[in-house]
Amino acid sequence: MDAAPSAPSPLIALVGNPNCGKTALFNILTGSRQKVANYAGVTVERKEGSLVTPSGLRIRILDLPGAYSLDPLTPDEQVTADVLLGKRTGETAPDFVVCVTDATNLRQNLRLVLSLKRLGLPMVVALNMTDIARRKGIVIDAERLGVELGVPVVETVGVKTTGVRALIKVLDATAMPERKSRNAVWQPLSRSDIEHDQAEVRRILGVVGADRLDGVTFSDRLDGLVLHPVLGPLILAVILFLVFQAVFAWAQVPMDEIKLGVAALGNWLGAALPASLLKDLAINGVLAGVGSVLVFLPQIIILFFFILILEDSGYLPRAAFLLDRVMGSVGLSGRAFIPLLSSFACAIPGIMATRTIQNPRDRLTTIMIAPLMTCSARLPVYALIIAAFIPRRSLWGGLELQGVVLFALYLAGIVSAMAVAFVLKRRGKGGFQALMLELPAYHWPNLRNLGIGLWQRVEIFMSRVGTIILALMVILWALSSFPAPPPGATGPAIQYSIAGHLGAWLAVIFKPIGFNWQISIALVPGLAAREVAVGALGTVYALSATGNDISSALTPLITQSWSLPTALSLLAWYVFAPQCLSTLATVKRETNSWRYPIIMAAYLFAMAYVGSWITFRVATALTGI
Amino acid sequence: MLVSQDIPLMELAPGASARVVSVSGADSKGPADLGRRLAELGFLPGEAVRIVARGLMARAPIAVRIGTGTFALRLFEAACIRVCPEQPLLP
Repeated sequence: MDAAPSAPSPLIALVGNPNCGKTALFNILTGSRQKVANYAGVTVERKEGSLVTPSGLRIRILDLPGAYSLDPLTPDEQVTADVLLGKRTGETAPDFVVCVTDATNLRQNLRLVLSLKRLGLPMVVALNMTDIARRKGIVIDAERLGVELGVPVVETVGVKTTGVRALIKVLDATAMPERKSRNAVWQPLSRSDIEHDQAEVRRILGVVGADRLDGVTFSDRLDGLVLHPVLGPLILAVILFLVFQAVFAWAQVPMDEIKLGVAALGNWLGAALPASLLKDLAINGVLAGVGSVLVFLPQIIILFFFILILEDSGYLPRAAFLLDRVMGSVGLSGRAFIPLLSSFACAIPGIMATRTIQNPRDRLTTIMIAPLMTCSARLPVYALIIAAFIPRRSLWGGLELQGVVLFALYLAGIVSAMAVAFVLKRRGKGGFQALMLELPAYHWPNLRNLGIGLWQRVEIFMSRVGTIILALMVILWALSSFPAPPPGATGPAIQYSIAGHLGAWLAVIFKPIGFNWQISIALVPGLAAREVAVGALGTVYALSATGNDISSALTPLITQSWSLPTALSLLAWYVFAPQCLSTLATVKRETNSWRYPIIMAAYLFAMAYVGSWITFRVATALTGI
Repeated sequence: MLVSQDIPLMELAPGASARVVSVSGADSKGPADLGRRLAELGFLPGEAVRIVARGLMARAPIAVRIGTGTFALRLFEAACIRVCPEQPLLP
C-alpha cells in the first residue's frame, strides 16, 4: 500500500453495485495510470489510479469493489464498507464519493445511493450506461433525478470519454472539503429500512419518468438459447472446448519460440563468455530462470483474453449458472470450471483465473485442487515411462493400451480432485451455500477494458509471481551446482552437489515406494518444472544427449534398470506430484500467505506417497517379484 | 392483490409475470441473513418478478428477473420467496 502522499491530493472513491460499469468508467478516468494490488490481509483486489483535472488539480481515484449494500456479506463488500467508514487499516477514508449507477437498472442501483446519502459523505451520482438506456427508450431527466435525490447527477457512458468530461468538470468544480476528523457513522439497515428505501426509489423513478419495466429484451432472447436446458450446455461445451484448445494448443508455438529463444541466447552466451562459475550462473541459473517465467506468458495471455471477453460480455455468470448443479455437488462454484479446465494446460494461469470466483471459500478450494488437474508439464514424464513400460498393443474395441493408461492417469487426477473438494466442503460449515448470482445484461466487450485487463494480469504475473519463480530457479541452480565434484570423480556432477545429497537422503524415504537413487535425485531439479525431471534423469544417467533425444536415449536405459512396479509407482507419483515450485509461488501470491502453499505441498506429497506406495505394493504382488 | 393467491416462486410458470408478496428468512439450515440479502438484491414486496430460465437437473438453479435485474438462485434461496401471479393461474 502506498504511504500517505506528502501533498494530500483528494481521494475519490468509486462505489456502485456489481455490473454497473464502474470499472469501465474507472478505466476511462484514469487510463493506464493504475496500480493494482491487494488490500492488506485479504485477497480483494485494490485498484487505484489518478487524474489531473483541467484546472491542474491532482485527484486520486480508488475503484472500490462492487457492493449491493453497506451491510457487508462478502469480503468485497466488507472492504467497501470499511473504506467508506474509514475503518480499514492502511486506507484513508475518501474525501468524496462517486456513486456509479446503471441507468438501465436504477430500480436496484438507487438503493445504494440512498444508503450512501445516509453515510453523509459528499457525493455525486454518475448515471452510467445512458446510451444503452436510451436505446431501450428510457430517457432519464438527470437534473430532476438530482433534485429528487438531493445530490448532483452527471450522465456518463462507461465506454466513451464524452460523459466523463462532465464528471471531471464536476469533480474539478466541487471544492474538495477539508479533511476533517469526521467519521461517517453507519447504522445497519433493517428490513423495513430497505423496504422504505425501495418505496422512495419507486417514487423517484415515477417522478423522473423511468418507472418502467422491460418487456422481453435482447438479453432475454439470448438467454433463451444460452440458458436453455439442452442448448445451453452444448453452447458452453463448444466455448470451453475452444478455450481449452487455445490454451493447450495455440500457446504451444509461442512457448516453443520462447524456449528456443532462451536456448539460443544461452548458446550465444556460452560461446561468448569464458568458462567460469559466473557464466554457469548466468546461463543455467538466471537465464534458465527467466525462461521458465516467460514460458508461462502465452498461456496466461490467451486464457485471460478469453476470460475477460466472457466476463465483460456477461457470459461467465451464465456458465456458472449452467454448471452450478454439477460443480455444486462437490461443493464448488460453477465459476470454478474455467480455472480447473485451464489447469489441464498449466495450474498457474488456472490459479490466477480463480479471481473470478467471488466466494473466498470456493476460491480457496478451487486453488487447492487445481494442481490435481493433469498439467501439460506432466506429459513428457508420462510419455517417457509409458513408452518404456507399457506395451504397444490394441485392446478390445481398437483402443491402444498406452492411450488407455494415459487416459486413466488424467481420470485419476480428476477423481481425486473431486474427492478433495468434497472433503474440504465437509470440513467447512454445513448448510447451504448461497448462489445469488447476478446475470447482467449482455454487452459487447470493450477493447480498451480488454487491453487494460490483459496488461494488468501480465504485470501481476511478471512482477509478483515471476520474481519468486526466478529466485527459486537460481536457488535450485545453486543446489544442483555446489559443491563441485571432487577431482577424479567418476559419477555425474549433480551426484556430488547438495541436490545430489538431498536425493540420496530422499532415496531412503522413497525406497518403500520403489524409487531408486537416480529417480530421487532427478526429483530435486524437477522442482523447477515437472518436465525438467526428464532432463535431470538424463543427467543422472550421464547421457550426453540433449532436448528431445534424451527421451529416446533414456527409454531403453530405464527399461533395463527399473522394474515395472517402480515405473507404475512413478506414474502414480506424478498424478499428485507436489513438486512444482512455480505453482506454489503462485498460490502464495494469490492467497497472500504461506499457509496455503505449505498445506498444498503437504497434502499433495501425502497423496502422492500413499498413491505410489499402494501402486508399488499391488504391482509387486501381482508381478510376483 | 389477493394474498390468498400467493404461491412459492418455484411454482411460477417460466415467463409468467408476478409480484413478490413476501420474503421470509431462511430455515434453520440456510445462512442466517439469507432473507435480508434477498431483500438487498431487490426481492421486496411489490416488485415485479419473472422466471427467465431453469436449470436442467432438478430444474435448478433458476434465473429470476426482479425489477430490472436478473439473478440466479438455488432452490433453497427461491424457497424464501412467495409471489402472486399477475394473471390468474390457468386451470
